Amino acid sequence: MTAVAGVAAALQVLGVLAGAPFVVGGMRQVRARLEGRAGGGIGQPWRDLRKQLRKQQITPLGTTVVFALAPAVLAGSTLLIAAIVPLIALGSPLDSAADLFGVVGLLFLGTVALTLAGLDTGTAFGGMGSSREITIAALVEPTILLAVFALSVPGHSANLAAIVSGTRDNPVQVLAPGSLLAFVALIIVIIAEAGRLPVDNPTTHLELTMIHEAMVLEYAGPKLALVEWASAMRLTVMLALVANLFLPWGIAGADPSLLAVLTGVVAITVKVALLAGLLAGGEVFIAKLRLFRVPELLAGSFLLALLAVTASSFLAAATS
Amino acid sequence: MTQATYAGVLDLAAGAFLLAAVLIVWRRELRAIVRLLAWQGVALAAIPLTEGIHQRDAALLTVGVIVLLLKAVALPILLGRAVGTEDHERRESTPLVNTTASLLITAALTVLAYAVTRPIIALDPTGATRAVPAAFAVILIAVFVMVSRRRALSQAVGFLMLDNGIAATAFLITAGVPLIVELGASLDALFAVLVLGVLTGRMRRAFGDTDLDQLRELRD
Repeated sequence: MTAVAGVAAALQVLGVLAGAPFVVGGMRQVRARLEGRAGGGIGQPWRDLRKQLRKQQITPLGTTVVFALAPAVLAGSTLLIAAIVPLIALGSPLDSAADLFGVVGLLFLGTVALTLAGLDTGTAFGGMGSSREITIAALVEPTILLAVFALSVPGHSANLAAIVSGTRDNPVQVLAPGSLLAFVALIIVIIAEAGRLPVDNPTTHLELTMIHEAMVLEYAGPKLALVEWASAMRLTVMLALVANLFLPWGIAGADPSLLAVLTGVVAITVKVALLAGLLAGGEVFIAKLRLFRVPELLAGSFLLALLAVTASSFLAAATS
Repeated sequence: MTQATYAGVLDLAAGAFLLAAVLIVWRRELRAIVRLLAWQGVALAAIPLTEGIHQRDAALLTVGVIVLLLKAVALPILLGRAVGTEDHERRESTPLVNTTASLLITAALTVLAYAVTRPIIALDPTGATRAVPAAFAVILIAVFVMVSRRRALSQAVGFLMLDNGIAATAFLITAGVPLIVELGASLDALFAVLVLGVLTGRMRRAFGDTDLDQLRELRD
């Protein structure tokens, strides 16, 4: 590992930390403009975070250490993912841990921590939100694992750097049916996992429909800031990961020069901004699904992921 | 056309073909289903057209163009005209199997298709035969759609999907049936849809509905 690779890894984590609120702000701004509102500007989430971080810390009566630690676990697991996955350069210092299955596990560690915190408060809404979140997570997990499996078939490896470099060296692979199906399935599960429309409405505060917001109702001040920051980072990391898995152009190699690292930073910024803009633009046209129709959507994405696995394993078996 | 692009285009067409069938199972609005059927027709026509270009075979190209006109243009238009204009006629009424279960059954059928076609592929593993499981899966899904839907129109869509699946299997395994056979089969499907369209219209006029479950018992 060279010094430049270390710089790239550090840049990656710092970039996710600093950029995540801007991604959320940008998505809100796109949505506001498409709806004919002026919008709060791209920097609004940062201003919100600053305000909340200055507030007094309040802990509800009767909550335990689970409630106190959940935001830290969520943020910590997300930052670990940000350090592991190849966003700017291949061959990060943690490359041996950059296994797609491991990343999915870390992702769900954060989900489960927040769910337990929602239960820990003992309020009706917290429990309701946790119950819904874990229902969706249980349906999302098999789909994500299957899609990941389909992606790791062509490269014969679940190592993220290996998958990304395999796609970079052989771009036609992206157009294979298995890869396309896995892409659609992954997008659907990311929408579900990040709590965006049509699964969950991130702006709602109507008690009967909210999922993610219901779990974090009892948080206030710095902890709420941490939870919201971590959610933004999760969304950013997942978008960046999908962008690099399917469109790996511009990413720096395993032993990069400083210029390649800068190119990598610019490329990933552009890709995430584009994806986030598309997602926000698409959200304007859809309404939230009823909770009981969500399993239908997730069963559909599970089917797509299964088709992706059959298609890619079949083609891989035929060509080898 | 190089060997790699040929195999790639063929895989993509087969994938789109299967995907359209899956989406037909997923969607409930009849107009959306008919539109998806048209897309499936395009994917179906792409198979003989690709093979025709690859093998420089004029007869296959002709068949491809005929299939494109019939399956992607004529039949969807005919079916689209049979979709009712009333509100309750525009959607599939509650299917016998709910959507989530249907999708999971579709997944099982697809895996089954991959499993049972393995001996066929082992006979002659070329690029075309490797896509046979997708076509075979469409046949199984079509039969499932025909037995699980209630509206006359969605059953007709199931019938056409079955026809599409059989045609795709034939194109992929035998590199095209003789022109006259293909013409006969296509005309058959066209007339069947014409008759079904007329029948649906009559049913709607006589009973005010096209839900086939209501025709099971005799009434005054």
